[in-house]
Amino acid sequence: MLDYGLKNRELFPETKSDGTVDIDLSSGKYTKVWQGPNHPGITGNMSLELTLLGDEVMESKTHVGYLHRGFEKLMERRRFINNFPLVCRICVPEPDFNEYCYAAALEELAGVEVPENALWIRTLILEMARLQSYLMWLSGQVGAFGFGIPSQWMLYCRDRVLDMFEELSGARIYHIYMLPGGVRDNLPKGFKAKMRETLNDIVPLLRDYERVVFNNAVFKKRAKGLGYINPDWIEEYGITGPNARGAGVPKDVRKDNPYLKYPELEFLPVTETDSDVYARAHLRWRDVMMSVDLIRQILERTPDEGAFKADLPSMLHWKIPAGETYVNAECTRGEYGYYIVTDGSGYPRRVNVRGPSYTHAVTLAEKMMVNCNIADVAATLVSLHTYPPEVER
Amino acid sequence: MAKMNYKKRFSDLEKRMVTSPDGEEFEVDPMKDYFSDARPKVHPPSKITPLENFMNWCRAESIYILGFGTGCGAIEMRPLMSPMYDAFRFGIHWRPTPRQSTVFVIGGYASVKTIKRIVRSYEQMQGPKWVIGLCSCTINGGMYWDSYNTVNRLDHYIPVDVYITGCMPRPEALLDGFTVLKKRIKEGRGEGSNEYAENFDWYKANQKKIIKSWDMPDYNW
Amino acid sequence: MERIIENIKKQFPLQDVNSDHGWFITCEKKDVISLLTHLKITGGFTHLILITAVDWIEEDRFQLTYLLNNPQLKIRLGLRTFIERSVWPDESEMQSAHHLWPAVKTYQRELHEMFGIDFPGSPEVNDPLILEYWDDIPPYRRDFDTKKYSEETYFPREGRGSNDPAEYMKSQLYPNEGGKSQDFPQEISKKSSGEKNA
Repeated sequence: MLDYGLKNRELFPETKSDGTVDIDLSSGKYTKVWQGPNHPGITGNMSLELTLLGDEVMESKTHVGYLHRGFEKLMERRRFINNFPLVCRICVPEPDFNEYCYAAALEELAGVEVPENALWIRTLILEMARLQSYLMWLSGQVGAFGFGIPSQWMLYCRDRVLDMFEELSGARIYHIYMLPGGVRDNLPKGFKAKMRETLNDIVPLLRDYERVVFNNAVFKKRAKGLGYINPDWIEEYGITGPNARGAGVPKDVRKDNPYLKYPELEFLPVTETDSDVYARAHLRWRDVMMSVDLIRQILERTPDEGAFKADLPSMLHWKIPAGETYVNAECTRGEYGYYIVTDGSGYPRRVNVRGPSYTHAVTLAEKMMVNCNIADVAATLVSLHTYPPEVER
Repeated sequence: MAKMNYKKRFSDLEKRMVTSPDGEEFEVDPMKDYFSDARPKVHPPSKITPLENFMNWCRAESIYILGFGTGCGAIEMRPLMSPMYDAFRFGIHWRPTPRQSTVFVIGGYASVKTIKRIVRSYEQMQGPKWVIGLCSCTINGGMYWDSYNTVNRLDHYIPVDVYITGCMPRPEALLDGFTVLKKRIKEGRGEGSNEYAENFDWYKANQKKIIKSWDMPDYNW
Repeated sequence: MERIIENIKKQFPLQDVNSDHGWFITCEKKDVISLLTHLKITGGFTHLILITAVDWIEEDRFQLTYLLNNPQLKIRLGLRTFIERSVWPDESEMQSAHHLWPAVKTYQRELHEMFGIDFPGSPEVNDPLILEYWDDIPPYRRDFDTKKYSEETYFPREGRGSNDPAEYMKSQLYPNEGGKSQDFPQEISKKSSGEKNA
């Protein structure tokens, strides 16, 4: 770790044997700073309550709940199919994982067999969602370090992917293309060619991004050694996804609990060993390239015609037998899961959403911010890739 | 009944003696020192019509948006800054702090916890100021009309000049909304902050009805 | 997986083992913490996925679910237990598991806030996590009516029509039968207009 902050360590309070520090706010040594919710260096609408000594963070407390809409309550009031417009709004930047997990959980409980074609299209949509979410993150990470231009490139790439989503489903952000039992339709005519063209257009920009950002002396100097995640914390804190893979633990739901058509695709989970901001950024960049490769593989193999939806009873009268299940998928931030309990009626009894940011943004961020320089708080937080809406639902 | 323990959270706002690193002792009373208690004033338009028109033109052509993403709508604000939509050509610019901004874009639903911050941010903005309500949720609650934590009508808590419907509205719809707002300002109809000052008590009563943690003076900047 | 369950059965009395849609085992409330410790230390279930509660208001009890994952064997196990459901403003009580995983404290804070289940000894459990100064029934309990609360607290805009989709579609699909259909019993539609005991 780099030695940031005050040189005179005598001013600092002593750490007791159990790892806690006594902070006496009335001594006048400390400053309380609220980073967020209205702050340019925060991801989404959340806030960090930082206690500073000099410019070093002594204690951090995450406050969430600014985006709480009570989804899990609202879902109990709506029929299974009425919930579909709600679930995609739980996580705004990448709604498709919600749609998939919810649909798959219902299919599991109701015993619905999904046609082959729909599985391929779902895999395609999930990979495209991963791609656009990662592109947004790549833009945000360098933005937190003050790089304007690569950030704009990535936004442009993301807009291109969103255009493809629009072509497919008619919406940019909330594309409810999946439905319980399958998908809405087969791929439109000419979609594959356009998608390939889009990928061909964005790959050179991604290569430029790597050249400009990862070889940049300023970025290296600031990002290396910053925001270290100890590999021992991974099991303790329930860290999943790129944050775990950055520490050398190949945790990837796509490999561990294969779903959809991932067992038939060729890929290996990307890992890095340094476990700092630089390693995680590079890992995500490599993940984007892998995602591009996966989309190409999927486009190769998706059939053009065929059944895309299983036969279901009338949706509004759809009753699912009592049971409970947990369905998960690998989203850009880690393991995304839905725990659904049904009681045999037309309404879900309980839906619990497990967002990966839940542990990353609260417990892990509180631990990581300690001894961090205030200028690096934003970069560290962005590198955890937290989206507040899925923390509080 | 185990009541929630709020004592710790309030301690930041209590009066206390503070010793500075130089050894100087002074008293801090956050409720007085951090907030101001003066009521907002109505600013009538200038009596010289050409001057007022010129001022309105200036205001309309330099829209500074507060970069506070209060809900899902914030996700479509980011592409506006990108080369594909490029809001800068409309004279639209993002500012990080309320002091420098003139337009507050409420991105979607406002939960009770957020509306407290929205009110504070809005009151910290300098007049003349305008509010754009993005997405259906600001109009009538949208998808979350029966939710216990989101407000249904934003215009009961702060004055809204322009609504943009949709869930989610496209970036083009947003640009169109900005164009409408500009037109309104140029015509001298963007009187949101004056409206707020005139009906101050009504707005405050509505805000206090839902914000249970009202730990600040009525008006603060 | 069966062998693991057999091993657990030897040491802990299990009430129910369910493998319909993933493995879920049920045990007594007093055994939960020791069983979690056993699963974490000797069973290899080191990754805690989530902790959540289900409100079975008809049976007057809460169901607590601990979902665990074994990263080596790549298997998932759900541990369920039932605790007594007290009527608000009394709170139900459960032993805290915060010493096993640090992340548990956030889940327990949320459960305390949203269901009114207290976990004595868990750090910061009395701090509100999501809501600010909530003084009604904990919102995720079934007897809290969110629609009624919303209508009383916030100002609904006049002229906003909202149809219960099931009722509406019934009247559209079966106009001659007065909106009644064979496969749609009446008692289900009663539930749709808000939770019971509102």
